[in-house]
Amino acid sequence: MMLSKGLKQKREEEEEGKEALAVDTWWLDPGHPAVAYAPPAVASRSLFDLSVLKLHHSLRQSEPDLQHLVLVVNTLQRIQACMAPTAALPPMPSLPTAPGIADNLLASSDASLSASMASLLEDLSHIEGLSQAPQPLVDEGPPGHPTGGAAPILGALDLLGPATECLLVDGLEGLFEDTDTMYDSELWAPASEGHKSSPEDGPGKEEAPELDEAELDYLMDVLVGTQALERPPGPGC
Amino acid sequence: MAGAGGGGCPAGGNDLQWCFSQVKGAVDEDVAEADVISTVEFSHSGDLLATGDKGGRVVIFQREQENKSRPHSRGEYNVYSTFQSHEPEFDYLKSLEIEEKINKIRWLPQQGAARFLLSTNDKTIKLWKISERDKRAEGYNLKDEDGRLRDPLRITALRVPILKPMDLMVEASPRRVFANAHTYHINSISVNSDHETYLSADDLRINLWHLEITDRSFNIVDIKPANMEELTEVITAAEFHPHQCNVLVYSSSKGTIRLCDMRSSALCDRHSKFFEEPEDPSSRSFFSEIISSVSDVKFSHSGRYMMTRDYLSVKVWDLNMESRPVETHQVHEYLRSKLCSLYENDCIFDKFECCWNGSDRMVERVQYFKL
Repeated sequence: MMLSKGLKQKREEEEEGKEALAVDTWWLDPGHPAVAYAPPAVASRSLFDLSVLKLHHSLRQSEPDLQHLVLVVNTLQRIQACMAPTAALPPMPSLPTAPGIADNLLASSDASLSASMASLLEDLSHIEGLSQAPQPLVDEGPPGHPTGGAAPILGALDLLGPATECLLVDGLEGLFEDTDTMYDSELWAPASEGHKSSPEDGPGKEEAPELDEAELDYLMDVLVGTQALERPPGPGC
Repeated sequence: MAGAGGGGCPAGGNDLQWCFSQVKGAVDEDVAEADVISTVEFSHSGDLLATGDKGGRVVIFQREQENKSRPHSRGEYNVYSTFQSHEPEFDYLKSLEIEEKINKIRWLPQQGAARFLLSTNDKTIKLWKISERDKRAEGYNLKDEDGRLRDPLRITALRVPILKPMDLMVEASPRRVFANAHTYHINSISVNSDHETYLSADDLRINLWHLEITDRSFNIVDIKPANMEELTEVITAAEFHPHQCNVLVYSSSKGTIRLCDMRSSALCDRHSKFFEEPEDPSSRSFFSEIISSVSDVKFSHSGRYMMTRDYLSVKVWDLNMESRPVETHQVHEYLRSKLCSLYENDCIFDKFECCWNGSDRMVERVQYFKL
């Protein structure tokens, strides 16, 4: 399958996307009672939600503006660093199906969703091991200790669902794609598709067990308890 | 609806009154996206003004000769030439459209009757020759006046073609195309003082070109990290020193300016000077980095100073002092209390330019104003 970023959005699609991102800006109104008396933590959380939305919208572009992306990510990290752990969180909602989360994120951004998303992300950032992407070459420290402050954000974002998963694979490595090498020839290997497998290649599923083994190793580590999970992975993971 | 207007302030003091002398283009609200102007650039003498738009077109305006009957009025600018510089392209490898929008235009110093300029979109730079023709040759031996070839056997006498006047015709012809050197979006081009080379900068790299050579360029700055996950800043603007052909500066999204000397090494990864103003703790906010991102950097004509533009201010730097600017001019300080709203509607990411006047005594900046 061709690794395509997709065609450039038509203008009307872009406008629809922008409309879908229309955010309820009640927190920006200084006269709003909730804002006037809102503690700083609430404002930070709202900004965090807004930044996540911007990040998601930026990544959905066929060719994201790198400067915009970097500034939003840095702002997101700054906000997260300032957000203090909340004393009492609303009951954790059960994880809906992954595509539903992504769709809801784009479809509406009302206050209740923002609050539940924010609490969800914050709670997930404390889950040991979830913030670290499953990479065999990770060497940034003991598991459960995110590197540079970025991994918790992206680990949480990774759970937004497959729609986001394909954009945020393995933390920042997927966030800022290496345009110089991302179209290297190895990515175009047809054998993985089985379309052009020659008779000498065998049944065409020789590579599949290798991929499955890597996934199985990770799952085994998870189950054995190398990475302490408080809840089983969702269907999209 | 906010638009953009001009404002000026003298470098070192007093307020000036600025006003529009001419308005070019459509003034009504029904403006096509392709007609939106994306860049403007005066020639060195100021008699030509080039504009680039989102549709990939370049329109050049020429200042009229000053009228002796109105010695105090400045010449008006009228359309001199219009041509299609860039067309939309498609990158088949990445399956992406490359926009034709003109990002930057830079004039080359005039060396003859013809004028040359560089125009660039996200990926490709082009060198254009703009020449005038006000005479046409007539009386060719091998072809008729309408251009048809004559039978050489029927030519019994030779004649010398003569030049006859014709209506002024301005021709724009592409002379060079500099392509396939930038992975990321080009944000700056700058012609060197040697008049032979120029630089082009994208988000992560700066390349050096020779104006006569299109099939190769030299990478002189590369800030791309080994791991993209470590990316925290990008290049926002770059410019050559007006007199020292070995010196260039580039600005970053973190509000820093680096001055590099190409004599030190082939790859200028280590800067010679680093300009950064310490952040004021009292005004620190979540948006500090965004508003400190430098959108434009320009050397003064003297080469002694440089000017930077960020979201809320224009700063003048002495190249001999890296610790802080010598002057700071607030552009629209009233927006500082509205940064949250500006972040929400993405206006906080808008980019502005700046330029020096001819005597380096005033700086010009673009800012918002309400229509």
